[in-house]
Amino acid sequence: MEFETLGNITENLEDVSKPVKTVEDKWKLLPAFLKVKGLVKQHIDSFNYFINVDIKKIVKANEKITTDADPVWYLKYLNIYVGSPDVEESFNITKPISPHECRLRDMTYSAPITVDIEYTRGSQRVVRHNLPIGRMPIMLRSSNCVLTGKSPAELASLNECPIDPGGYFVANGTEKVILIQEQLSKNRIIVEADKKGNVGCSVTSSTAERKSRTSIVTKQHKFRLKHNALSEDVPVVVVFKAMGIECEQEIVQMVGCEEEVISTFAPSLEECHKLNIYTQLQALQYVGSKVRQRATWGKSRTKVEEARELLAGVMLAHVPVIKYDFKAKCLFLALMVRRVILACSDEAHVDDRDYYGNKRLELAGQLLSLLFEDLFKRFNAELKKIADQTIPKPRAAQFDIVKHMRQDQITHGLVHAITSGNWIIKRFNMNRAGVTQVLSRLSFISALGMMTRISSQFEKTRKVSGPRSLQPSQWGMLCPSDTPEGEACGLVKNLALMTHITTDQEEEPIIRLAYNLGVENLSMLSGEEISHPSVYLVFLNGNILGVVKSYKRLVETFRLMRRAGYINEFVSICPNHQHRFVNIASDGGRVCRPYIIVKSGKPMVADRHIQELVQGFRSFEDFLHEGLVEYLDVNEENDCSIALYEKEITRETTHLEIEPFTLLGVCAGLIPYPHHNQSPRNTYQCAMGKQAMGSIGYNQRNRIDTLLYLLCYPQVPMVKTKTIELIQFDKLPAGQNATVAVMSYSGYDIEDALILNKSSVDRGFGRCLVYRKQTCLLKRYANQTFDRVMGPSKDASTGEVIWRHRALDADGICSPGERIENKQVLVNKSMPVVTTSGLQPATPGQPPPQPEYRDVPVSYKGPMDIYIERVLVTSNAEEAFLIKILQRQTRRPEIGDKFSSRHGQKGVCGLIVNQEDMPFTDLGICPDIIMNPHGFPSRMTVGKLIELMAGKAGVLEGHFGYGTAFGGDKVEDVCSVLVEHGFNYSGKEYVTSGITGEPLTAYIFFGPVYYQKLKHMVVDKMHARAKGPRAVLTRQPTEGRSRDGGLRLGEMERDCLIAYGASMLLLERLMISSDAFEVDVCSECGLMGYSGWCHYCSSSHNISTLKIPYACKLLFQELLSMNIVPRLSLKHYTDE
Amino acid sequence: MLLLRMHYGVILLAEVATMAIEKSSFTITPLLSKMRCWLTGLFELKVKCIKNKNAPKNATDPDELFIHSKVTTDHLKWVPMGNQARKYGPQDIRPVHNDILIAKLRPGQELDLKMHTVKGIGKDHAKFSPVATASYRLLPEITITKPCEEELADKLAECFSEGVIRVEKNNGVKRAVVANSRRDTCSREIFRHDDLKNRVKLSRIRDHFIFSVESTGALSSDVLVCESIKVLLGKCRHFLSELDSHCVDT
Repeated sequence: MEFETLGNITENLEDVSKPVKTVEDKWKLLPAFLKVKGLVKQHIDSFNYFINVDIKKIVKANEKITTDADPVWYLKYLNIYVGSPDVEESFNITKPISPHECRLRDMTYSAPITVDIEYTRGSQRVVRHNLPIGRMPIMLRSSNCVLTGKSPAELASLNECPIDPGGYFVANGTEKVILIQEQLSKNRIIVEADKKGNVGCSVTSSTAERKSRTSIVTKQHKFRLKHNALSEDVPVVVVFKAMGIECEQEIVQMVGCEEEVISTFAPSLEECHKLNIYTQLQALQYVGSKVRQRATWGKSRTKVEEARELLAGVMLAHVPVIKYDFKAKCLFLALMVRRVILACSDEAHVDDRDYYGNKRLELAGQLLSLLFEDLFKRFNAELKKIADQTIPKPRAAQFDIVKHMRQDQITHGLVHAITSGNWIIKRFNMNRAGVTQVLSRLSFISALGMMTRISSQFEKTRKVSGPRSLQPSQWGMLCPSDTPEGEACGLVKNLALMTHITTDQEEEPIIRLAYNLGVENLSMLSGEEISHPSVYLVFLNGNILGVVKSYKRLVETFRLMRRAGYINEFVSICPNHQHRFVNIASDGGRVCRPYIIVKSGKPMVADRHIQELVQGFRSFEDFLHEGLVEYLDVNEENDCSIALYEKEITRETTHLEIEPFTLLGVCAGLIPYPHHNQSPRNTYQCAMGKQAMGSIGYNQRNRIDTLLYLLCYPQVPMVKTKTIELIQFDKLPAGQNATVAVMSYSGYDIEDALILNKSSVDRGFGRCLVYRKQTCLLKRYANQTFDRVMGPSKDASTGEVIWRHRALDADGICSPGERIENKQVLVNKSMPVVTTSGLQPATPGQPPPQPEYRDVPVSYKGPMDIYIERVLVTSNAEEAFLIKILQRQTRRPEIGDKFSSRHGQKGVCGLIVNQEDMPFTDLGICPDIIMNPHGFPSRMTVGKLIELMAGKAGVLEGHFGYGTAFGGDKVEDVCSVLVEHGFNYSGKEYVTSGITGEPLTAYIFFGPVYYQKLKHMVVDKMHARAKGPRAVLTRQPTEGRSRDGGLRLGEMERDCLIAYGASMLLLERLMISSDAFEVDVCSECGLMGYSGWCHYCSSSHNISTLKIPYACKLLFQELLSMNIVPRLSLKHYTDE
Repeated sequence: MLLLRMHYGVILLAEVATMAIEKSSFTITPLLSKMRCWLTGLFELKVKCIKNKNAPKNATDPDELFIHSKVTTDHLKWVPMGNQARKYGPQDIRPVHNDILIAKLRPGQELDLKMHTVKGIGKDHAKFSPVATASYRLLPEITITKPCEEELADKLAECFSEGVIRVEKNNGVKRAVVANSRRDTCSREIFRHDDLKNRVKLSRIRDHFIFSVESTGALSSDVLVCESIKVLLGKCRHFLSELDSHCVDT
């Protein structure tokens, strides 16, 4: 092997001092990167890893089932496979299925999980292959999906959009995304100070079997070990002794021999003496007495055994203990103590929990593997139980376990978790809700934005600033702009454009390599040697590997080997000088991104490489393999000197950024010139871009979604960014280029309102389509009855079809193209009245009795007429008839519809003006939108101004402008283009008023700006009522628009009326217009009577009628029912 | 004067009548866009897309592979109603352009529509508007207050659109003269140059209007101008008669 050692390269100083030539097109690495990694690829990679590698490991770990009933009987899994998605057409006949069919038919896109098993039947040993044990929902575009590797034409024939990123599941017809979950990293020591300033340290150990948390706490200067399985904190020294280190000198050597460390640790040693614990047995007895009792079946163990098991298997579970050799675990514990001691005196040793290197992201694959292992264990436990129960019983046939293997447990477990989002894992006591979400298909960007979303485990209600604020270590990994406002602010994050999330890598070869590179194994060393200041401790994924003398050599050689491709590119190594560690990480869930390697002041990637890339001779992988580019994770970034631009490269520089705009995410990448905007504006746009209407995918017209918004004539923005091209937003845009005049007009544009041009609206500006779905399921019931659909009813006298059924075809389902009014019927379904009990038996000779039916029509409800776009008649997985009706509405913009530019500047349409009343320029150009200039000064969205100018220049030149972050067309160039074409350099124009016909007294800033129509439209919100439905119980008006409810006059409004003294109005609002009720009250007894008769007094003599709120009457009656008598005392209004 | 120019734009944009399709009935699903062409009366369109059997084997172009795959305005057929057949020939009533794409079809798809066209005005819907745009501007006026000579003259000429400033050579001295101010686009570029800023005065002649009428094609722009003047005259007459009638009343 040939290695260049970094220091040895002869370089000449003059060479370095020269400015480094910029590689112009190095951004072209990005599309190559996005082809293999990034964006949604991490979901797919993670899922692929799960179904191809991890699932086999899980089965391997749980491969054998035995029973106590029969020592000979066993069941062994030989292998497991996940097939390709299919659907069972009829018994044992399957057919491959496409994701789109699953969407339409409300089915789950899943593949069979099959196993090869070996088991005993009687005395025979049987091997069976390809036995199904359940079904696995398949992620779209994963290795087992039918869509992978298909050409756009093939995808089109499967009704699938070639641009759709995949990475989600189709479960029961809905698209579900498993959000990326952020967690504190496992198996790492985190030193923290609590509120009182006490320093403690904790480790969350996680292995396949167990998850446990071990902490060291200080109590009166003594160190104690805290663990869930211990009922009380145990002194650390006792634990050391219980693990076999009886000699206190040895303990101290492990913790550290510095004066300061020893003096801090001394009280703990003393405590042990006070407890009279000197030997391992004494210590184990002590620990055993503190072990929390658990109901265990099987053999009962002694306290000592219990303590030893706890120390070996539960406490710090990730440190392996082989044959009760506790050395490694003792060292780890000693290190924890040492870290706490150091942190007590020096605050710099306290870890930062929010540091992104301490975070791990859990993806679909990891979450599913947790779930699958749980289900698989339960499945095996069930088989074992069956074996235990059945084998001892005498029976005719031989016991065959295969007949007892039920598929539905695993299938339902997986599907239910994905549809509900409740991740329940019994063995870890994990119960998480909201892990999955329905993929939002509002626009292409909202779908893509959802795939890059990271949700944090933090409680949203907690008012903490630490986890919410932007951490410097998130640079380049997470988008600094894209986070929601409000309660989830900073807790929900989004990945940046080039972030990749690692999957687990084999540890074994890395361990071997580390030992070969001079790492000395722990077992050979004494405590003092390990904590000696001349050596660095080497960790692999949180476990101590050993010590190394020359950490520099280790790190450098390791990196060279990685660049040469001998180690996986995602394994990271970095020294930590403060703690004197070298951390090697190969675990999954770390975030990393690629950088160009710089050697001796020169970036490795040259123009030549990029040319080859463009010509297609090179792929991104080649860049990795040749050591031109490498991935750095957050921890390793800290050990590198990364230059942002070529001009900043110095001799110390180790890496070069590929493109600075990649530090933004998908949503922020749409904003032109974001670096000129005030930062919250970019955040607002990130939220609004997801509400913009546009196109969803090339298959948008084949989809039948509950609600779908489409723009009629979407346009590619005049001012693009590189991100737009990379994510192919230009192929599925969401917005239109509007000619905007920044001026005030008519006063209907205050508070961000916009003025629209009527002719533009006529010509299709902002026109959108709203699709809505209604479904109808025709079921069969247990008693042989079934739902039916009847043809339209006819009027008995005239023979004409009744109005409600006018849209129906002869088959009782509305026909496509039909216009539907409010309350008209879409499907004339009727349902049998009796569905549970059996029908009356038919008397022989007579036709069987017809079941009685009740009408349950599916009807349309809405303020505007709607058209039937298409009707789908199919069946779902349960073989029930499924009718889906897609309804369409075309909407043109109206006053109150919401629009927004790409700079967080939203506004509603305030007025639609005829074109002849609009201002026009010398060239006769009329604006589509007039925007009030007051929107600018306080918002400081300079990017919008530049977008307008760049757009205008683009229009004049006939090409797109570029507003890429930290780059893009320069204002100076744009201005000179304007001047060249005879326009004013500042983008302002001479404008004539359309109302007076005279020129305006100011020059108007005029040009194209990309405008998005947002999903909030007045027709969906308008609501008023004079009279209408009332709630049954209180007789008050119902609440909410969907129930045609009343508008509430709330407490505060009531207070106003009281303060003003408008008593009659108060009475009207609160009683007469709400729930006035005439009640008969007996003035004698004060109780309420009925129809002029008092039941209590048995007389009608003293009855008076009065009006009270029905709710009040209800209250009285409820009080009566609980033995409280409210009596009304009445007085004539003339008496006093 | 003001009245005239106001009404002018308004009338052209909004009140000269043309015809457009108002109602259309379809018997095909994959079509959405409302059709727009300038027509009168009833039009029919019946197109069925079929495979081209004589297409070369290696053809990939849909135009070669299929017959009638593109439906254009050429496929529209005028159906005379009432006495229309007697009054107009087929050349009188037709789409303005014959090559406007209406839809693309594939074998098995069929388009069958009937379109009713009506006469309307732009006020009602932009599709009836006979002009793409009609507007006016005031004639720019450029006065050179202080003479610009030599390099300044060239620089001045640069600052304006081509042909606005002419550089003349008089007695060996280059000098800028305003040649044709009408050609100026009024970019106000000179105000960026401190040395030129105070040498030129830019203004507009307040009673010199330059109208531009850009027709969409149904009627030529000269006809449009005449039509609009007729509408304006009609309005004036109506206004006068209204005035008269009111005078009688009071």
